[in-house]
Amino acid sequence: MASYFNEEFETLPRAALEALQLKRLQAVLARVSANVPFYRNSLAQAGVKPQDIRSLADLQRLPFTTKQDMRDSYPYGLFAAPMEEIVRIHASSGTTGKPTVVGYTQQDIAVWTELMARSFVAAGAHKGDIIHNAYGYGLFTGGLGAHYGAEKLGASVIPISGGNTKRQIMIMQDFGSTVLTCTPSYSLYLAEEAAAEGVDIKTSKLRVGIFGAEPWSEAMRAEIEANLGLDAIDIYGLSEIMGPGVAIECIEAKQGLHIWEDHFIPEIINPETGQPVADGEKGELVITTITKQGIPLIRYRTRDITSIDRTPCVCGRTHGRIARLSGRSDDMLIIRGVNVFPSQIESILVRIEGVEPHYLLIVDRRDNLDTLEVQVEVNEGMFSDEIKVLQSLGRRIEKEIKDMLGVTSTVKLVEPKTIQRSEGKARRVQDNRNL
Amino acid sequence: MQVEQISIFIENKSGRLAEITRILGETGINIRALSLADTSDFGILRLIVNDVERAKVVLKEKGFTVNKTEVVAVEVPDKPGGLSTILQSLDRDRINVEYMYAFVERCGGNAVIIFRFDETDKAIASLAANGFTILAGERLYSM
Repeated sequence: MASYFNEEFETLPRAALEALQLKRLQAVLARVSANVPFYRNSLAQAGVKPQDIRSLADLQRLPFTTKQDMRDSYPYGLFAAPMEEIVRIHASSGTTGKPTVVGYTQQDIAVWTELMARSFVAAGAHKGDIIHNAYGYGLFTGGLGAHYGAEKLGASVIPISGGNTKRQIMIMQDFGSTVLTCTPSYSLYLAEEAAAEGVDIKTSKLRVGIFGAEPWSEAMRAEIEANLGLDAIDIYGLSEIMGPGVAIECIEAKQGLHIWEDHFIPEIINPETGQPVADGEKGELVITTITKQGIPLIRYRTRDITSIDRTPCVCGRTHGRIARLSGRSDDMLIIRGVNVFPSQIESILVRIEGVEPHYLLIVDRRDNLDTLEVQVEVNEGMFSDEIKVLQSLGRRIEKEIKDMLGVTSTVKLVEPKTIQRSEGKARRVQDNRNL
Repeated sequence: MQVEQISIFIENKSGRLAEITRILGETGINIRALSLADTSDFGILRLIVNDVERAKVVLKEKGFTVNKTEVVAVEVPDKPGGLSTILQSLDRDRINVEYMYAFVERCGGNAVIIFRFDETDKAIASLAANGFTILAGERLYSM
């Protein structure tokens, strides 16, 4: 028998769930067209009024919202509530150095907290658990999102955040952690570091791991479960929509992530045409937030590729399940949980070199940690007859990337024309990770 | 009083030096002196050749990154302590040597050393004032 945090809403019959979605969709449309000039304009341009939306199928008449729209509205342009009502601001890295900013009202935080608590229960956690929260705390939504949900659940949360792995291992053992929340790659790194310290993490009290913020695979799940001796659960979220807890696997099935449809309307579209695809077919996930107050988003293009399954689940939850994320419809890379766009690295190189350089990003996973190598073709402008000049150039690029994006990289200077061109345009990314 | 040196960026992988020397050889360019500085990933090949412009053009055509730098060629008595005399003199005038390497041919009874300074003009003035012989480019390319 599955347990729930909010049984009534988690198991709401589809018809009632969809009726609730429509009512909330209409309310949020009224709200954004009253309070957000961007939406007032985009709805007018599309020739749609909030009252025209009479069924969920009418959703398709509404225009999309993109990350570019959020950038153009930096920082607060898409907020639908006055700043006096915004109690929290988070941000995620943007493509041009400016982050994407989101604001939460008191009620938004309450909803997020509940959805994270629901997610914990779906993953098999409960009151009395000791939750070792190794997601980063800060502007990134991971740490605080999981933290509030864990407290709401009535679990004991250890706000350990990221880093200092040796200390993490000690605390995990001494404090008796039963649930681990972090990126999937960090969990494997933890297990490895523990082994190096002579600690077999399998014998620890850890029972459940809730892993997200970067892509992973079924093969990786098998590896994590074998190495850590726990049930590894996939969680999905993005700051634009809320943060972690938008969707979660249930421990009963581990077959797709239930997306909390009483707060989000998911659609899967063909990223080229913008047209919806059938259930079970792969496409880009588009989400409309129907209860958010701070920054409601209408048909937000997540750029994440997945499919949706609305058939009943063994756990009894009626909310549709999205498949494990299988890629992006843009060129965003997730490196150790950090979103990286090749254009960000390009702009750093242009700033340093003053010209558009030829470069290639090689992403790999070594010892369970993502690595980023930046190959840069040496042109006359940056070339010198002195070794120290070239070496300091490489170090400077590495430092800029670390400062701007928070990602550690290795710069490798290569000869001109060694980076492959295809149809005149260089290939910018080589992802060797076997996910 | 300066000598033109070309420097070429090469990745640390097999066959690159062979490729450069083949290109120069086929073009009829003679290498008069060379030095290779290397790191684990890349190297810089510095050459004094008999036809600087032509060497630069053909290497660029083949896709190499090539730079031209001014260096200074100094005659050094070919006997114990010969190089030391010059370096001590430069040190007294606080002139920093970025790198140096020896020329293949001798000039009369003397060896020739190629110097790269960070302050080339100051270095030339100091060397001349202390009585050392600096070789002009034309002389060197055709030696």
